[in-house]
Amino acid sequence: MSAVPTPAAEGAPRSAPLLRVSDLQVHFPIKRGLFFDRTVGHVRAVDGVSLAIDRGSTYGLVGESGCGKSTLGRAVLRLVEPTAGRVDFDGTDVASLSGESLRKMRRRMQMVFQDPMGSLDPRQDVESLLTEPLRAHGLGGGRKELADRVGQLLDAVGLPAAARRRYPHEFSGGQRQRIGIARAVALEPDLLIADEPVSALDVSVQAQVLNLLEELQERLDLTYLVIAHDLAVVRHISDVVGVMYLGSLVEQAPADALYDEPLHPYTRALMSAVPVPDPVVEQRRERILLAGDLPSPADPPSGCRFHTRCPWRQETRCDDEVPVLRELGAGHWVSCHWAEEIRDGVLAPKSAEEVAATQGVSVRAGAGALAETDALVQGVDQPIERT
Amino acid sequence: MPTSAPVLEVEDLAVTFSRKGETPTRAVDGVSFSVAPGETIGLVGESGCGKSVTSLAVMGLLPPRGVRVSGSVRLDGQELIGASDRMLRRLRGADMAMVFQDPLSSLNPTLAIGTQVTEVLLEHRDLDRKQASAEAVDLLDRVGIPDPGRRLKEYPHQLSGGMRQRALIAMALACSPRLLIADEPTTALDVTIQAQILELLRELVVGSGTALVMITHDLGVVAGLCDRVHVMYAGKIIESAERHELFARPRHPYTGGLLHSVPRLDAGRGARLTPIRGSARDTIPWSQGCAFAPRCDNAEDDCLGDTVPLEVDPAYGTDRELRCRHPLQPARVGAGTSGAGVARAATGGSGATASGPGR
Ligand SMILES: Nc1ncnc2c1ncn2[C@@H]1O[C@H](COP(=O)(O)OP(=O)(O)OP(=O)(O)O)[C@@H](O)[C@H]1O
Ligand SMILES: Nc1ncnc2c1ncn2[C@@H]1O[C@H](COP(=O)(O)OP(=O)(O)OP(=O)(O)O)[C@@H](O)[C@H]1O
Ligand code: SF4
Ligand code: SF4
Ligand SMILES: [Mg+2]
Ligand SMILES: [Mg+2]
Repeated sequence: MSAVPTPAAEGAPRSAPLLRVSDLQVHFPIKRGLFFDRTVGHVRAVDGVSLAIDRGSTYGLVGESGCGKSTLGRAVLRLVEPTAGRVDFDGTDVASLSGESLRKMRRRMQMVFQDPMGSLDPRQDVESLLTEPLRAHGLGGGRKELADRVGQLLDAVGLPAAARRRYPHEFSGGQRQRIGIARAVALEPDLLIADEPVSALDVSVQAQVLNLLEELQERLDLTYLVIAHDLAVVRHISDVVGVMYLGSLVEQAPADALYDEPLHPYTRALMSAVPVPDPVVEQRRERILLAGDLPSPADPPSGCRFHTRCPWRQETRCDDEVPVLRELGAGHWVSCHWAEEIRDGVLAPKSAEEVAATQGVSVRAGAGALAETDALVQGVDQPIERT
Repeated sequence: MPTSAPVLEVEDLAVTFSRKGETPTRAVDGVSFSVAPGETIGLVGESGCGKSVTSLAVMGLLPPRGVRVSGSVRLDGQELIGASDRMLRRLRGADMAMVFQDPLSSLNPTLAIGTQVTEVLLEHRDLDRKQASAEAVDLLDRVGIPDPGRRLKEYPHQLSGGMRQRALIAMALACSPRLLIADEPTTALDVTIQAQILELLRELVVGSGTALVMITHDLGVVAGLCDRVHVMYAGKIIESAERHELFARPRHPYTGGLLHSVPRLDAGRGARLTPIRGSARDTIPWSQGCAFAPRCDNAEDDCLGDTVPLEVDPAYGTDRELRCRHPLQPARVGAGTSGAGVARAATGGSGATASGPGR
């Protein structure tokens, strides 16, 4: 299934993007039976995603748990084999590489993980953690050069030189994430894929790591793919943001444009749900509460995958026609049949009762005092779920 | 503002853990606060600052061995510290209830949801089995679980994270408790599900006059939900204020630091983050001065030596409390935290323009 066609290149050619992902699909088989030998279906973790990341820029990928963000990142690095589609890195089809050329390419793409503790071998001291990737790739030269390199790396990520003889458990979470980043940049990669780089960290420490990533990008001319569920973090660090829902990109735009005018109903709901640390803003904000839970990626809804929860869902097209990504503004792509009408206010979000009536879902019955809703809450304010 | 008598009064609560052969750790160190009916207070702070231990002490749920609890916890005037296990068990569920971060670990995996809710009802209320089960359906319905009759027969693992948290809230509500403590109830949930649960809690407080203690590390959640906020650091409350006051004019350098270090959805790409340096590990015992001093930009010599007391903030009258000798000056911090006028840098830059998907 090719839900998202690749828009043809047109107009003045820009410099080629460093990474280009075309109609990428990753489906995991669901195994059953005594020996798990029967495939009874597939989890469509990534189901036709196309995107491109320009050199030196940051692409932020957001979406809720299970929407396929990590799988996409892993497929780019070929840590998992794509089911279909293509990944081009610096103009080369990654699938065509093997042996030495694959190793070389891997050196140029590195990953930073969410849990710095889980990704660092507790028995190695920092020096050995940082020199390991260098030695594995036969780089760094002799003892002296390696030691110098460790010094530079520690300095680059803001750790004291004394850190080299210490072990991961002796550091705080933020410091461990610095070690993880130092390890990732040790090989002087071009692309850094950071999967939830700050979500395991304390609030006061998250900013240290975000600032470090930005600083390193400038100094080392890095290109980033930042994967995170926190929209505020992604907005802060990204030039371009892609929003995923159930394995597909539903919207992509320059970060400020996405925030100023989110066009896809899911993006709107997502943004309205992110709490802002400011009571004045919180009180003024319009909240779009979504109905129910995420459907299973093993059995995604037909047509528009968001139609089971969409407050703007229409009688026609939504249920049976897969929307494709269309460019509505400069670099602003959205996959919703009704994006223009929603943007222009021609269509209003439906009440929960109306959605329920047409969708065969149950609506929470308003019981006594509990039915009272916040006057500030507009749109769909009754959680509903498909039954 | 609390106009009626508080439901919960905590005074000088201290909790010390001591294991053989280890130096005792004082996880909660002289914490005082109160909550009125229909009021929501927030306890905020970073990992390890003592939020959960405070709530467990209030509920009487700390392990019986290796823990020393002192101070006073009064529920409707009744002292709970030193109360018998029997009395605490009767109060829990009936008059006070708690919702945890991980609903799966607080639900019994071997019992259907319905059985668990009905059991709470049978234990605390004068109902027969049939009435209890009808009431259970009603409760699940109230917390927004669709098709509650069917859901009653399902087991915890069959429900999504959001539905489990709703089930847990339903159990907590079973006896219309006077006090509900929610310890990071949405931290494990997706943001759209979090919005549903927060909405539910909001309605609950308004509708039933329950006193809610919200424990969270998320300043956004606090901003949207809590009337009064207590910021904790290393086991102590370091600043208390009404939420608008706190966010508009943070006085403690730690509070100000937190506000300046979180990325905001409504701030542009150019907005700078100013982190707090170091980590919560860089601390000194309160007996030797201010525990935040090693990370504080305002620290001076008099911040060390003795415990900095929590006092009424001289600049704001009786409504704010502060534990700091060199607080932030409102004019300086106020700017930039109001949401309006946050500098928004252009996205531009050479490689920064959007490429179409796959272009
Ligand atoms: N190795 C695997 N085998 C089978 N299913 C998998 C595998 N890895 C991921 N999945 C499934 O694919 C879907 C997408 O998972 P993925 O980890 O990419 O989501 P995510 O967006 O990163 O979520 P999160 O925010 O929770 O990290 C999920 O339904 C997940 O259960
Ligand atoms: N049973 C225990 N035995 C010993 N120390 C404990 C115990 N429970 C908690 N502590 C310690 O008490 C301190 C406060 O812990 P607490 O769980 O209250 O933190 P918290 O503020 O809830 O943090 P988080 O945000 O991570 O949940 C921590 O230093 C912790 O290690
Ligand atoms: S296509 Fe229809 S269901 Fe999908 S997001 Fe647009 S309006 Fe909603
Ligand atoms: S008492 Fe001193 S060290 Fe502590 S927060 Fe205030 S200024 Fe900083
Ligand atoms: Mg992931
Ligand atoms: Mg806790």
